[in-house]
Amino acid sequence: MNSYLLGTFRAKFPDATLETHAFRGDETVTIKKEALALAAAWLRDDLGFDFLMDLTAVDYLPREPRFELVCHLYSSKHNYRLRLKCPVGAEDPQVDSLTGVWSGANWFEREVYDMFGLKFRGHPDLRRILMYDGFEGYPLRKDYPLKKRQPRIAHRD
Amino acid sequence: MGLETVFGHSYLTTRLDEAVNWGRKYSFFQYPFVTACCGMEFMSVWASTYDIARFGAEYPRFSPRQADVLFVVGTVNEKLAPVLKRVYDQMCEPKWVVSFGVCATSGGFYDNYATVQGIDKIIPVDIYIPGCPPRPEAVLDALVKLQEKVARESVLDRKYK
Ligand code: SF4
Repeated sequence: MNSYLLGTFRAKFPDATLETHAFRGDETVTIKKEALALAAAWLRDDLGFDFLMDLTAVDYLPREPRFELVCHLYSSKHNYRLRLKCPVGAEDPQVDSLTGVWSGANWFEREVYDMFGLKFRGHPDLRRILMYDGFEGYPLRKDYPLKKRQPRIAHRD
Repeated sequence: MGLETVFGHSYLTTRLDEAVNWGRKYSFFQYPFVTACCGMEFMSVWASTYDIARFGAEYPRFSPRQADVLFVVGTVNEKLAPVLKRVYDQMCEPKWVVSFGVCATSGGFYDNYATVQGIDKIIPVDIYIPGCPPRPEAVLDALVKLQEKVARESVLDRKYK
């Protein structure tokens, strides 16, 4: 369960690292949200993770902390991948934006905001990206009513 | 009643309907409102193997004002619903609507916050084509059914405003 990458990460952020694990070559680090932006910048600059492949979130209702931010990183230099996770509580669903580290985070973060209602501090343009203006609530949250519809124009019959 | 009063011959009405409907049903100008994967199958109906031109409906008009048949091909979500309504409203009478695939017909398996549960919640539909996606033969079958439907109409059925 110990790889060079995970060991290096733990040594660099001993207090912020909550958990690390590796399963069949898939390495995962779970960190505190306060350290997210710092760790991201370090991963990019010092370890060569130059590509943010995906950024999304999971709602683990009724667990607390309720949300988890999930980033998939890739290093084109080393051909290596890392999954970075970060629990986010429901009472303050805010994290630092990663747009300063990878510009590609921009639309991913807008999507997470649109679907889960997580806010990204420092995002240049945090608006809904998929749903329309006037849409209320966050549809991928587990407590969003399954049958709730919000039509933009009146339906017939 | 109707055209008899205009032309004075009771026998003229049917013949006029037939003449007009014959022209209408073999010269559909279609507006393809293509939003999702069904579009691939729609293209194959157009292409040489299935050749929708044999039925006189090969000519797409990308202006709704010049189109007779609105083909709604694929998933329509709530975000898009006002656009679909507007396209329909811009079409001139006489106009018909074909709902292509289960998504357009009923929302398909997308029973969720985003998807309209059938375009008939937005606009009236003449023909529904089941399938995910429908086979080209099903589309041609629908086209023939639409032609039959048009043939049964009277030119006086439709309101001209
Ligand atoms: S009916 Fe099937 S093929 Fe057609 S748009 Fe829906 S999911 Fe795609």
